[in-house]
Amino acid sequence: MNKKLLMRGSQVIGEAAIRAGCRFYAGYPITPQNELPEFMSGAMASLEGGTFIQAESEIAAINMVIGASMAGARAMTSSSSPGISLKQEGISFLAALELPAVIVNVMRGGPGLGNIAPSQGDYFQATRGGGHGDYRTIVLAPAHGQELADLTEKAFEYADRYRTPVMILADGMMGQMMEPVILPDPVNLDTLPPKPWVLDGAQGRPSRIIRSLILDTVGMEEHNWKLERKYKMISDEIPRAETYMTEDARLVVIAYGTAARIARGGIKRAREMGLKVGLLRPVTLWPFPERAIREMSRLVKDFMVFEMNTGQMIDDVKLSLEGRSNVHFYGRPGGVVSTPDELAKAISSLYYRQNLKKEG
Amino acid sequence: MEKLVFTRPRYMKKAPFHYCPGCGHSIIHRLVAEVIDELGIGDKTIGVPPAGCAVLAYDYFDVDMGEAPHGRAAAVATGIKRILPDKIVFTYQGDGDIAAIGTAETIHSANRGENITVIFVNNSCYGMTGGQMAPTTLLGQKSTTTPGGRNKDRDGAPIDLSQMLALTQGAAYIERTAVNSIKNIIKTKKALTKAFKVQMAGIGFSLIEILSPCPTNWKMSTVDACRRIDEEVTQTFPLKVIKDETA
Repeated sequence: MNKKLLMRGSQVIGEAAIRAGCRFYAGYPITPQNELPEFMSGAMASLEGGTFIQAESEIAAINMVIGASMAGARAMTSSSSPGISLKQEGISFLAALELPAVIVNVMRGGPGLGNIAPSQGDYFQATRGGGHGDYRTIVLAPAHGQELADLTEKAFEYADRYRTPVMILADGMMGQMMEPVILPDPVNLDTLPPKPWVLDGAQGRPSRIIRSLILDTVGMEEHNWKLERKYKMISDEIPRAETYMTEDARLVVIAYGTAARIARGGIKRAREMGLKVGLLRPVTLWPFPERAIREMSRLVKDFMVFEMNTGQMIDDVKLSLEGRSNVHFYGRPGGVVSTPDELAKAISSLYYRQNLKKEG
Repeated sequence: MEKLVFTRPRYMKKAPFHYCPGCGHSIIHRLVAEVIDELGIGDKTIGVPPAGCAVLAYDYFDVDMGEAPHGRAAAVATGIKRILPDKIVFTYQGDGDIAAIGTAETIHSANRGENITVIFVNNSCYGMTGGQMAPTTLLGQKSTTTPGGRNKDRDGAPIDLSQMLALTQGAAYIERTAVNSIKNIIKTKKALTKAFKVQMAGIGFSLIEILSPCPTNWKMSTVDACRRIDEEVTQTFPLKVIKDETA
């Protein structure tokens, strides 16, 4: 096993990406994720076959990733909320062209320029596609340093396996915090599955086209259904959620990323007060772990969605439950980071209001 | 005895062009395919067409082709070339694509000295969308969005992107040619050959701007459109080698 290291979150993503075989990174400076491109500039320079480009814009960066991916490389870009908005055209093209790529969003407060504090305001944008057209993006939501490493590795694997863009949805807190982490072993690039679609010059084979323009409406419809079948397969294969203290819970908090860590602290305190509270943490935001939530509704009648926004994932929770349980919400937008004590108070207030203390 | 003197170039697919009668793209496609063949680089060339009339270039070129979003061809080509430095990468862009929405990507690719070849087809209008004003539309030229003619005070003057690019240190070879006459077609082929050779030698960014007739949107006969290039377009965009760092 590899040694346990103390590392800053954004550097964990960079190091894990390189170990996962990332050989191309293009990015543009934006706070709070500058440590990632800064790390990549040095790391790629000392890596044979590694490319780092500080792009002239977010748009150029994502399009460079498109090119690198066409050429067969494992490629990544990163940014924070306003920058991710600019990349949406390219993400739509990646989905349409069926190109693998990893996009890291270290979310900050918004809308507009917002601020540089940790936030989860981009849930809708990330999980609904963000760009134009009928497509989906795989969205992974790490909650701590170790998961930043593990999910970065997974992101590259999923991107290649499904030939589709994958987003790692982190936030400023995670990017800045230093935590112990055990990095995965480097991937041997020669052992990765071949990509029989790359553009590398048509030597000894017929020429290839990677295109998204399909003027024929029936052809375009076919392409859309083909993508949809792929998204269905992804929805069957990779949804993931983690539970904490849910065995006897009467109230279950649903939270992801940094919010889930705060929720754990709140739940610990609530348990000390004798309240039967647990946590369900979606690890994949798209596909959303609908089944795990629906199954829990057989025993749990009250869910509390906690997000660092005004309520976005709550829609997916409601869709998963289809009216089976009560869905409550607690959230702080704008980069305000709740404390575990604050959350414990919100939990206990809801617990008594819903009369969950009563033995039943 | 029969002697074959004219045939479809090796790297053109057997497909009818969708281009309008009199359009310069068909000629330029042919020239590019001939040059790729003559330089022996057909099995290591990757083309990047972005949105515009020539996005469908991948239906005609028999080399690997990857579509770019509107204006982003130079960035996509940068990504490809950095991963595959031994391959030959070219973009094929219109004037609206390269000199308006894609200005930033183009200038910065040139400035970084990306070792790619850009084929910039200037027909002084947005062709595919129906003839709106382009950044290269001449002063006084009528278009669907300048019905009274392009007005400098309202619309700005035509932009000379090639001249701007020549100011970047990474640009190695930039030439402006035209395909409105046999003489100019021959010169264009020479320029394209030179541009690809610059890339093969790893010297830096090369770009050929080609003035091309658009009889449909200029609302002219092909003959008049070709004459207009000589009489009007070249007054604003003179044919010349704009930058040559190979000398």
